[in-house]
Amino acid sequence: MEEFAGGPASPPPARDDGQVRADPPVAEAEHITKRYGETTALDSARITIRPGEAHALVGRNGAGKSTLVSILTGLQAPDEGEVRFAGSPAPRLSDRDAWRERVACVYQKSTIIPELTVAENLYLNRHDRNRLGLVGWKGLWRKAAELLEAWSVDVDVRRPAGELGVEQRQFVEIARALSFGARFIILDEPTAQLDGAAISRLFERMRAMREQGVTFLFISHHLQEIYEICDTVTVFRDARHILTAPVADLPQGELVAAMTGEAAGLREHAVRPPVPAEAPVVLDVRGLRDGDVYQDVDLRVRAGEIVGLAGLGGSGKTELAETIAGLRAPKDGTLEVAGSRPRPGSVPASLAAGVGFVPRDRHHQGLVPLMSIADNTTMTVPERLGQAGFVSGRRKDALAREMITNLAIKTPGPELPVSGLSGGNQQKVVMARALASDPRLLVLITPTAGVDVRSKEFLLGKVEEIAGNGTGVVIASDELDDLRLCNRVLVMFHGRVVAELTAGWHDHEMVAAMEGVDLDA
Amino acid sequence: MPDSTTAPATTGHPPGPSAPEEAGRRRPAIPLARLRDFALVPAIIVIAIVGQIVNPIFLQSDNLINILQTMSEISLLVLAQTLVLIAGRMDLSLESTFGLAPGVAAWLTVAAGTGPGLGLLPGAWGIPVTLAVGVLIGAVNALFIVRFGLNGFIVTLGMLIVLRGLLTGISGGQTFFNLPESMTYFGSAMWLGVPASIWICLLLFAVGIVVMGFTRFGRALYAIGGNVDAAKAAGIRTDRVLWIVLISASLLAAIGGLLLTGRLASVAAAQGDGAIFTVFAAAVIGGVSLNGGKGTVFGAFTGILLLYMIQNVLTLAGVPAQWIQALNGAIILTALAISRLTGGKSQE
Repeated sequence: MEEFAGGPASPPPARDDGQVRADPPVAEAEHITKRYGETTALDSARITIRPGEAHALVGRNGAGKSTLVSILTGLQAPDEGEVRFAGSPAPRLSDRDAWRERVACVYQKSTIIPELTVAENLYLNRHDRNRLGLVGWKGLWRKAAELLEAWSVDVDVRRPAGELGVEQRQFVEIARALSFGARFIILDEPTAQLDGAAISRLFERMRAMREQGVTFLFISHHLQEIYEICDTVTVFRDARHILTAPVADLPQGELVAAMTGEAAGLREHAVRPPVPAEAPVVLDVRGLRDGDVYQDVDLRVRAGEIVGLAGLGGSGKTELAETIAGLRAPKDGTLEVAGSRPRPGSVPASLAAGVGFVPRDRHHQGLVPLMSIADNTTMTVPERLGQAGFVSGRRKDALAREMITNLAIKTPGPELPVSGLSGGNQQKVVMARALASDPRLLVLITPTAGVDVRSKEFLLGKVEEIAGNGTGVVIASDELDDLRLCNRVLVMFHGRVVAELTAGWHDHEMVAAMEGVDLDA
Repeated sequence: MPDSTTAPATTGHPPGPSAPEEAGRRRPAIPLARLRDFALVPAIIVIAIVGQIVNPIFLQSDNLINILQTMSEISLLVLAQTLVLIAGRMDLSLESTFGLAPGVAAWLTVAAGTGPGLGLLPGAWGIPVTLAVGVLIGAVNALFIVRFGLNGFIVTLGMLIVLRGLLTGISGGQTFFNLPESMTYFGSAMWLGVPASIWICLLLFAVGIVVMGFTRFGRALYAIGGNVDAAKAAGIRTDRVLWIVLISASLLAAIGGLLLTGRLASVAAAQGDGAIFTVFAAAVIGGVSLNGGKGTVFGAFTGILLLYMIQNVLTLAGVPAQWIQALNGAIILTALAISRLTGGKSQE
């Protein structure tokens, strides 16, 4: 399995075009550029995948991985650049069958139809037909069973696919991909929803398939998995190809450095003064547990303190923050806000206890897009808008104007629907809503996701200002800029707090901790 | 069948030797999915027994034929709705098509002077015009829903009202009589001692069962209703399939309307009015999901059969006609509640 041996020995690699080699690469993409309006998703990026290897593609969110995958699988055409399979140019986008013979992708989002049987999912729209032109179910079941057996997937093909677990579903999707004749499979974060035992079974299966001549492109946020299963790794950062190297030659520290980029985003930031020990505790969490989502969380936040919850998707940080905000109920443990214990899982109780909340996705939980700025910002404080359940439009607008000024929301007036605002201003409206109730504790989840740089700085500055006024703040995010202003950051990994970093940490430390990597290893 | 996208594909055998021997697959004798199709059969048997106790006429062949004939026309609407629902859409306008298609045919063929007819076409055009109107309505629905991406519920609700209004307009609110013989034949003829409409209904359901269970087109409907992105990814031309299913549904509604027209030898301005609730209820009781991707043609058939048997039992029991409608609605709601309880998941 050492086909990559001809590859570069050290980063950054020399040109590794494969045309002159005896074995053309299974897939290669060169000088790929893809723009969406203003943003450049890929900037002259490239990748070369050799036969039989397990090639890892890593990069932080927004590095261009998903765009590359959609170009490699023929879902989108690049603006510039060329994709080749086994040395010959890629088929036309409309020729789906030709693409499927060359490459297949198992996406995070399932492409299984839950109501249909496993067998039918495998052979959808290419059922065997008998002399009458009808679908021959017996033959289909047999064929499907043979296919799964050939790749040693033990699933009853006559079960509805919706009954399968994530793991079995992935195996079925891989087998389906192979049945089209593709021997190059892209796995897009296949381990994100799997537990440890299932991950090792997946890796075993991958190894067995590689021996049968299957090539993998493996995308994962968990770096230790890459060291376990992959031979070669390609790093993308900010839409560019950074390096391609044999995994064995690349220490973890260098890999993390390549992903973060030493200079990038290292804005000088004044370290916040420590919060005095006598400041009152506004959040006291003890032994909080919610099944496998997060366990044994202890957390104390003092007035004026900013505490970060860092971790990747699936680490449990979002769920923990949602629990503090009252959106979810924990299975075990206690949660005290400013001395009172709001009823678990009740947002109104948490609001009453003094929690302000910026949810993770403004489009889903943060805003009612067609309602006005005034309606949205005052949604949490109906009691301040009038008596006996009536709403005074005058009071509402006055309150909204106050917040528009306070948060510098760019709008002609409070009556504009929030759907007409830019992303940054929409996020400010969400923030305004959280602040409307003058919270003792402010909980923010990825508060700067999808906003422009200026709004981001403004929002983060606002958070510091609020903390300065004596509010406790919890920020759950994997965005380093969000975490930089925290007094301390708790890093979560697979549902547990694995590290606590105090202000002044280096990007490498934080990323390594989030990826679950020990830098000294 | 629109299956030009044939993908023979390689057999998927790995090149190297592999495959462990043990094929120890636990397989139930009859898959559970198949049993769900027969979920209403016990209920139908119970109703038959109750009916027989209530009135010994119930199980006599005349009465059974009567039940089948009264349901034959509307059951074609159920068949049509089932196909559309499985593909994850809905078509409310079917009940208006049911009246308008034969209505337009009668308008054009009934001699002028004897009512609202124009007498523009000879009587032989009755059936072709009925079917053409059905196809046209389906195409308009598909144009709005598939081509322009409008919400199917609101489009077909609009069509329901427009088409009903058209029928009232062309008929002046009156009933068409003196229909050409071609239009009354299928609704009134007897084949082998059984009304032709029963044969036609059973035949179309049989075709429906085969198409949905054993053709790529039918399976494509399930795939589209279950997960449209996955269906596209599997190479199914989802838009084309939806066009075909919406047109077929309207065509089936037109055929149903033609059968009723034949049986009554007239087209009333209100033909089909209010039928859509029964149609939906029969499909849902028969196990068809309103969310798409689930249900069978056979199940839908048992659904409408059950509803009409209950109605017949009520009539035989001497329930006053004024009360039948309220009872009927209550029974449908009860049946829905029961099928929800037995079916597990909640319907949305």
